[in-house]
Amino acid sequence: MIYDYLIAPFAEFDFMRRALVGVLALGLGAGPVGVLMMLRRMSLAGDAMAHAILPGAAIGFLAAGLNLFAMTLGGLVAGFAVALGAGAVARATQMKEDAALAAFYLVSLALGVLLVSLRGSNVDLLHVLFGTVLALDDATLLLITAISSFTLVVLAVLWRPLVLESVDPGFLRSVSRAGAPTHLAFLALVVLNLVGGFHALGTLLAVGMMMLPAASARFWTRELTVMVGCAVLIACASGVIGLLVSYHWGVPSGPAIILVAGGAYALSVLFGPVGGLLPRLAPRRHLEA
Amino acid sequence: MENKAAKAGGKSMGDVLAFRDLTLGYDRHPAVHHLDGVVPEGALLAVCGPNGAGKSTLLKGIVGILPALAGRIECRVPEREVAYLPQAAEIDRTFPIEVFDLVSTGLWRRTGLFGGIGKADRARIEAAIAAVGLEGFEARPIGTLSGGQMQRTLFARLLLQEARLILLDEPFTALDAGTTADLIALIERWNGEGRTVLAVLHDMELVRDHFPQTLLLARETVGWGVTREVLTPANLIEARRMCEAWDDGAPACAPGSPAVERAA
Repeated sequence: MIYDYLIAPFAEFDFMRRALVGVLALGLGAGPVGVLMMLRRMSLAGDAMAHAILPGAAIGFLAAGLNLFAMTLGGLVAGFAVALGAGAVARATQMKEDAALAAFYLVSLALGVLLVSLRGSNVDLLHVLFGTVLALDDATLLLITAISSFTLVVLAVLWRPLVLESVDPGFLRSVSRAGAPTHLAFLALVVLNLVGGFHALGTLLAVGMMMLPAASARFWTRELTVMVGCAVLIACASGVIGLLVSYHWGVPSGPAIILVAGGAYALSVLFGPVGGLLPRLAPRRHLEA
Repeated sequence: MENKAAKAGGKSMGDVLAFRDLTLGYDRHPAVHHLDGVVPEGALLAVCGPNGAGKSTLLKGIVGILPALAGRIECRVPEREVAYLPQAAEIDRTFPIEVFDLVSTGLWRRTGLFGGIGKADRARIEAAIAAVGLEGFEARPIGTLSGGQMQRTLFARLLLQEARLILLDEPFTALDAGTTADLIALIERWNGEGRTVLAVLHDMELVRDHFPQTLLLARETVGWGVTREVLTPANLIEARRMCEAWDDGAPACAPGSPAVERAA
């Protein structure tokens, strides 16, 4: 019975096993990146970046069809251009990063729409928008796992400056010049993970795999490392449960995964011990000291 | 290292800092105007003046956050040996980090980006936390600290930085007498170890009691030298007269000719 519901889909179908590997790899990379984005108050920056990537991927799609290489390259170029451009403007001028990012991604989006319409074809961009987690081929799977591994390695190396730049940017500036390069490297990681995610979940939903688990994890712990673990766990669990939901009910898998993550977020908001709704409404008796 | 050293701008090997006709400001409007003088190594210098007198601006200039509009700052201490505690440090108090980890970043000079924190380092971190009277707070998230405890935490980090030049921007604002006394003792200990300390302060009593040298700033130097001689009623009144508002129609300050009569 339980086997039928939870294990059989993966045991019987190759495409489900691939999807499973895909979402687990995505969760592993997106979890920590999402937590850092949230703590750096960049939760919405991911969304902007996803919009920036969309035109790039669409141009790749226009040029070469559903070609992994072309779409990945297009997405990376557009994403890096926007992330690095906005980051550079924010560092070099008085403009805050959120405003710079908004300016850059809107230009990128408009440029993408313009290019697509110049081509004059009404292309089916559903693949780009919503991903194809149930049709991951070897190359895509390799790309996703490679991006996740790379992300974890880079985060391990940059962890200290990344954390310090989030807590106390002034101090980091006073002891080291690593702040700006670290930040740009982090933005690059965000773009990479979004590009990895869009093959499975689509450009717009890929952000969900980052931000929803991270926002949920915030409600369960005050400790950074635990929070990252928590986010990875929630991301991977959402992936697995979302795939099962999509399999048993026959609904699209990308939205199913993100909706499950959304459910986890709702539960966290309600019951999370760190500032959740219920613990606030029904506080326990105060301590003696 | 008396008045003369401050005014003469003469070169001596024992100087940590020298300001040469330094002008710092924002949008071309000077906040520190034509400052000249030197800070000898081992000085314990209070920087006083009304709000908007350019005190914080001066510290920002020294650490290089703010480029000079004119003139220059000669800092003879390598950048990594300068520690800076900004006014209301831009610390994200909601970030999930513990006191121990925040203090440990003071070891940056040794660990750099990637170096590990070994057993000896852990002992030093614990000693620094103990030295500021925060034993038992090691595992507390910084979001749960009071203002005074947070400032003690930052002083523990300064302690680990072992800087030769320490710049403190209003370090005692909103602290109670006990905490202030503890932190003053730390500053005096640093000074005893031969470190140079510049502190922006508003509490004149505190300055008179603990800081032998004072720079009274009101955009331009009002007085610089022995505290007792600088913090005179006449000087304080002159400093208070300084006009805070910018004059949008102000002409460009001609090179080489100080706009207003240079004080001190």
